[in-house]
Amino acid sequence: MNWKRAAIASLAAVPVIALFAWGFTKDPNNIPSPLPGRMAPDFSLAVFAPGQPPMALPVGDTVHLAKLRGEVVVLNFWASWCLSCRDEHRTLSAFAKRYADRPVHFLGVLYNDRPAPAISWIDEMGGQEYPSVNDVDAHTAIDYGLYGVPETYFIDGNGRVAFKQTGPVTDAILTHEVDSLIAALPAGTRPGGSADTAAPTLAPAKTKGTP
Amino acid sequence: MTRFRAIIMAAALALGAAYPLRLVAQQSPAASATSQAPAPTMADSVLDARTAAVAEQLRCPVCQGESIQDSPSELAQQMRDLVREQLKAGKTPNEVRAYFVSKYGEWILLDPRPHGFNLVLYAAPYLLLLAGLGVIVVAVRRWTGGAQTKSAGP
Repeated sequence: MNWKRAAIASLAAVPVIALFAWGFTKDPNNIPSPLPGRMAPDFSLAVFAPGQPPMALPVGDTVHLAKLRGEVVVLNFWASWCLSCRDEHRTLSAFAKRYADRPVHFLGVLYNDRPAPAISWIDEMGGQEYPSVNDVDAHTAIDYGLYGVPETYFIDGNGRVAFKQTGPVTDAILTHEVDSLIAALPAGTRPGGSADTAAPTLAPAKTKGTP
Repeated sequence: MTRFRAIIMAAALALGAAYPLRLVAQQSPAASATSQAPAPTMADSVLDARTAAVAEQLRCPVCQGESIQDSPSELAQQMRDLVREQLKAGKTPNEVRAYFVSKYGEWILLDPRPHGFNLVLYAAPYLLLLAGLGVIVVAVRRWTGGAQTKSAGP
């Protein structure tokens, strides 16, 4: 009789233990984003930090994502109050400098921060090669399904989100993603092409992200 | 004393007469032009309530198990503003929820949708309740059965 009882108890415990075991394989902070594979939500945001030539853009200019279609875009959401952003900044900035003559745009997007502390943060960090725009009401961040900073989105030549990195990017991730996206660009994309050279390949302006 | 009473009576009557006059004044077109301010606040409170109803169902991404309605975080505030903006623009609560799901996945919904694997969540409490009832029935039968055999024994 006792062995029967023990067998029933163990059988009842198996699904519970299995459920917990499955739960432990999941990182609760790692929430899958539905964005990769979809069109990158469009935005028009104003530049507040110009970056360095040849990537520099005048402060106050509006960056319109759709106009960068035809080239790879690396979108990095950051803030001056974000500690992890310090970890990746040097890597990202140096990588952007190394790829300055390749068909890829790097763009910082300021999240829940003000331009003044952000600019002094850039100075403190020894500059930023690429320009940064200000997402004043965080609507762009929400459009991208942002959980926190830093988050980096890799957008292919067709304007599709190819990959999303939650947390600091590394040189290996940047190299792998950017190289493969550049390789996937149609032949004839001019290296170092600016937004203007990409303009003729633009499809009619896509509407905001919601499919 | 009587004079004092008369004065109070007169004052009460005057107030009583003035009250309907005030109502009339409020309804007159001239007055309604100046009293337009409360009208938007009525609409605002309705919009606030609709915003809160949707915000209560959306998970705050930077919190632990809190809705964007309850969270004081900046992102939650901005999300509430966006919910409000979209409702004001004429989107239905379902469309607003669908927008957030398209950005954050189903994770953003505090109550998961009852389909697929999620059905386990909805069925589990009832299944466990049934199992518990079963255990009680078996146990009670065994106890009472045991008592009978015991009482029948000696």
